[in-house]
Amino acid sequence: MPLPLLAEHFARPPDWGVWILLYFFFAGLAGGAYVIATLVRLRGGDGPVARTGYLLAFPCVLLCPIFLTVDLGQPLRFWHMMVNTSPGGLGLNFNTATPMSLGVWALLVFGFFTFVSFLAELGLLPFLRAGVALGTLFALVGSIFGLFIAGYTGVLLSVSNQPVWSDSPVLGGLFLASGMSGAAAAIWLLGGRRGPVAAGDFEGLEVAAAYFAVLELLLLLVFFITVAIAGSLGTALRLPWTLLWLLALIGMVLPLAGLGRRGVAVDRGGAAVLTGNATLVSVVVLVGVLALRAAVIGSAQ
Amino acid sequence: MALSITPGEKYGFFTDTSICIGCKACEVACKEWNGLQSDNTVFLADSFDNTGALDAQHWRHVKFIEQVADAPTSVGNGQAWLMMSDVCKHCEHASCMQVCPTGAIIRTEFDSVFIQQDVCNGCRNCISACPYSVIGFSSASGTAHKCTLCYDRLQNNMMPACAQACPTQSIQFGKVDDLRAVAAKRLDAVQAGGAKNAQLYGADDSVYGGLNAFFLLMDKPEAYALPNASNSVLPGRNNLFGYLAALVTAALAVIAGLVALRRRTEPRPAPAAPVTPDEPAEAPDSAERPPAEEPAPARGESRRRRRSS
Repeated sequence: MPLPLLAEHFARPPDWGVWILLYFFFAGLAGGAYVIATLVRLRGGDGPVARTGYLLAFPCVLLCPIFLTVDLGQPLRFWHMMVNTSPGGLGLNFNTATPMSLGVWALLVFGFFTFVSFLAELGLLPFLRAGVALGTLFALVGSIFGLFIAGYTGVLLSVSNQPVWSDSPVLGGLFLASGMSGAAAAIWLLGGRRGPVAAGDFEGLEVAAAYFAVLELLLLLVFFITVAIAGSLGTALRLPWTLLWLLALIGMVLPLAGLGRRGVAVDRGGAAVLTGNATLVSVVVLVGVLALRAAVIGSAQ
Repeated sequence: MALSITPGEKYGFFTDTSICIGCKACEVACKEWNGLQSDNTVFLADSFDNTGALDAQHWRHVKFIEQVADAPTSVGNGQAWLMMSDVCKHCEHASCMQVCPTGAIIRTEFDSVFIQQDVCNGCRNCISACPYSVIGFSSASGTAHKCTLCYDRLQNNMMPACAQACPTQSIQFGKVDDLRAVAAKRLDAVQAGGAKNAQLYGADDSVYGGLNAFFLLMDKPEAYALPNASNSVLPGRNNLFGYLAALVTAALAVIAGLVALRRRTEPRPAPAAPVTPDEPAEAPDSAERPPAEEPAPARGESRRRRRSS
């Protein structure tokens, strides 16, 4: 017998498709990469993990407004998100009731932080380089926005009247954890090819990825429980979305399987290189991050 | 007698479904006045419905709900075939207004909810929020559309086209307070006639703070695909717990990261026996690693060092 619906909605789907999916994906990667890089620096690391994180965050953020704008029905009015163009209402739009409005501003601010950190990593801003107090403070503030960008997209879906999306309040947390996992995988893939490096840099990333995966799994479980209580589990798990949920699940479980094992080998010059296994795991994790978002976005529509 | 419509007063519809005959004159009048596109009429196999739903091109939609009773019903009970001319409810607590990021959705001087077409940028957030499936996206204009309560007609002391065209006065237009009084009397009459399930929907503040376009229904709201009072929730209800869950996750992720990403200062191993790229040697555990000389700089680090020197 189906569970009674907690909130029965008759909302039409907004037809958010591939552009929004890509935005959610890259926003998660950007936020996660920046935060991981900052955490590495905070813990005294100055290797390729932090460097790759900062260098990855900015290009990812750069893609985000492009995807968002292309998805609009009136792309040339993208700036209406920020400026109130109603007659007599000239001023800035800042609607705290909707994550979409907050997200636009946060994306703008986070874009600034990622850009500056990107330049600093290229050696163009020596006063912000690693080890300088100002640089650390700057990265810390930027990381707050990074965490917001990685997670608010899930809150945006929850703040609706769509079945599945609005039936669980943990989507923001789930997307954040997933963004961190994805960013760890992306840093692994990109940073691991930049040798020579210290193998220890990547050991920490491997452990962190496993922790993020545990967090993700727990939140996914809570998500399904809340959706089941609301009576829309059948909607969330219908075909073909079931396959994407499975892909997402595999992407979460694989880093756990690698916990405690080395995905980094040392070549003849003493530099760290990724093993084939580690590369495969990273790719699967990234596919899982994308699949998770696709399953959430698609199954409700 | 000319109608007098005063800005600052609340105006709306009272739709009495007990006398709707499903003629769709309201749909036609709405389309005519508002210049909405005509349909490629298709057979929907859904009773007499051939327009489907409210959307960007249908701001009035007559629902046909066939209910074949299991047991014989009394004459006039009116539950075998329900008809309802659906429309934007112009909610007092409007979900669409709450989530619109551009400020395109406003409340007019007549207390109606209105989408400014020159401000809307087509983000479709309002569509995901409207619990009545009222708002539709027009790919032609790239914006969201819905009933305007014939804003232009109200400004010229004319009643909305649908109400004017309704031949049975199932759709009544006027000041909301006046309409509520009319509706209460009508409900008494219908219930006295034997339709015990008849009820007003949206006339009080139990649904979205009150609907400026409210209804007399012949069955429970769910039968008409309308959220009932306990389901009439705003999208913003998830803001607090949504952000809270993200905040807790962020804190846990940061702690996990700080623990995992601590600096691993173990020295790199001495060059090992040559290995082929396809067969990388496993890195030894840190405890087994022999002390090494100064670690090699990461790419770019040497460049920075040169610059700083």
